[in-house]
Amino acid sequence: MKLLTLNFLTCARKACKSTTLAFPLRPKDAELEIVEADLEPLFIRNILPRVEWEALRTLCQDLGLPQLPPAAPEPAALFAPNPSDPSIPSDKLVRPGKEGEGEGEGEGEGEEGAPTQTLKDLHHVLLETTIREGKLVCGNCGHAYAVKEGIANFLLPSHLV
Amino acid sequence: MLPTPSTSHVSFDNVYEPAEDSFLLLDTLSSPAETAFLHSRFHPPEPPSPLVLEVGTGSGVVLAFVAANASTIFGRSDVVALGTDINGFACRASTTTLQTAVTDPGTSKPGHFLDVVNADLASPIRSGSVDVLIFNPPYVPTPDLPDLVAHENYNTLSPGAKSTSFEQDSHLLALSYAGGADGMEITNKLLAQLPDILHPERGVAFILLCAQNKPNEVKEHIMSWGKSWAVETVGSSGKKAGWEKLQILRIWRIGP
Repeated sequence: MKLLTLNFLTCARKACKSTTLAFPLRPKDAELEIVEADLEPLFIRNILPRVEWEALRTLCQDLGLPQLPPAAPEPAALFAPNPSDPSIPSDKLVRPGKEGEGEGEGEGEGEEGAPTQTLKDLHHVLLETTIREGKLVCGNCGHAYAVKEGIANFLLPSHLV
Repeated sequence: MLPTPSTSHVSFDNVYEPAEDSFLLLDTLSSPAETAFLHSRFHPPEPPSPLVLEVGTGSGVVLAFVAANASTIFGRSDVVALGTDINGFACRASTTTLQTAVTDPGTSKPGHFLDVVNADLASPIRSGSVDVLIFNPPYVPTPDLPDLVAHENYNTLSPGAKSTSFEQDSHLLALSYAGGADGMEITNKLLAQLPDILHPERGVAFILLCAQNKPNEVKEHIMSWGKSWAVETVGSSGKKAGWEKLQILRIWRIGP
C-alpha cells in the first residue's frame, strides 16, 4: 500500500469520519517495502496540490523516514531551470502533442527542466514507499486496521459498524 | 476500440467475472460523449490530478481500463486510480489486473494505480476527495442480503486450506450480485455516501442500474438532492420493447 493512498483514506467508522483525529491513519508496526516505479515528474507536480502536507509529514515521522520540510515545496522547486535555452519563455516551446488528442498535451510536457532532488524524494515517498504488513490506527477511536501483503482491511466487526 | 485489460489470472470461483454490465461501463466511459464530458471537466492544467475511485472492483477490469486509457478518457495521464472491494480475494485479483494494465509496454501514457483496499463500499474514503466514482453494484433483486456477520470467516482462506470452500465461494459471489429489495439496498447505501465523498465542485459518479432497480425512481431521488446535482442516463444495453435492461447513470455536481 502506497503512502499516497493514505492521503485519500480515513477511519471507516461513520462517527470518526468527521473528526480531524481520524486523518491520517497512523501506521503501527509497519514493515515497509520499496517498490521501484518510473519517475514521472509532471505527475508529481500535478498530484502535489492534493497532498495534505502535514499528514504526509506525520506519516514520515511515524515510519522513521527522513523528515520532510515544514511546508510543501513550491512548483518551482521541483524542476531545475532548463539549461538548454532559458531565454525561451515556456509558452513558446513546442509541446509534443499526440495526433487526434487535441487536449492531451496540456500537462505541460516540455516546459520543465530536469527534475530536482526534491521532486525525486517526493516520488520515492509517495509512490515507491509501501506498507507491506502492519496496522493503521485511527487517532479518534483507536481502531487498528490490518495491512496484509500490501492490502489494507477496512472491514469493521459488526458491533462497530 | 480501446483494449480490454487482461483478467486471465483471476479465479472466477469467488470473484465476479467481467460480463455485459462490465463491458457496458467500458463502452460508456470511452464513448465520445463521456470522454468529451470528462475532458472538459478535467481540462489540465487545472484542476490537479483527478482521483478515480471504483467501488467493488471485482476482477479489476473496469478500473484497469480507465487507468490504462486515462490519456484517451480524460485527456491527461496524471489520473490516480483507487479501488475498494468487500471481497479480499477480489482485492488481490484486481490489484494484479491494475498493475498489469498500467505497466503493459503497449499502453501509451497510462494513469497511476494506487491500491485496492478491502472495504465496505466507500466507507474509508476521505470526504470530498473523489473526482470520479464508478460503481457496478450488486443489482439483482434478492429476498436477502449476504450475511455480513459471517463475512470475516469467508473473506480469507481457512487455516491450512489450499482453496476456498463451496460455501465460501457462494457467499463471496453473492456479494457481487445480491441487491436485496428491488436490487437497490446496496446501491442506496452508496448513493447516501456520494454527497460526502464526491469532490464539492468536480465530483461525478457513474452508476450502473438494471430495469428492476426502477431507474426513473432513482433519478427522481437524486434530483430531490437539490439544484447542485444533475443526473442523466449516458449508456444502455439490451433494449427490449422500449425498456433498457441495463443503463448507466451519470450523477454530477453542477456549479452554483
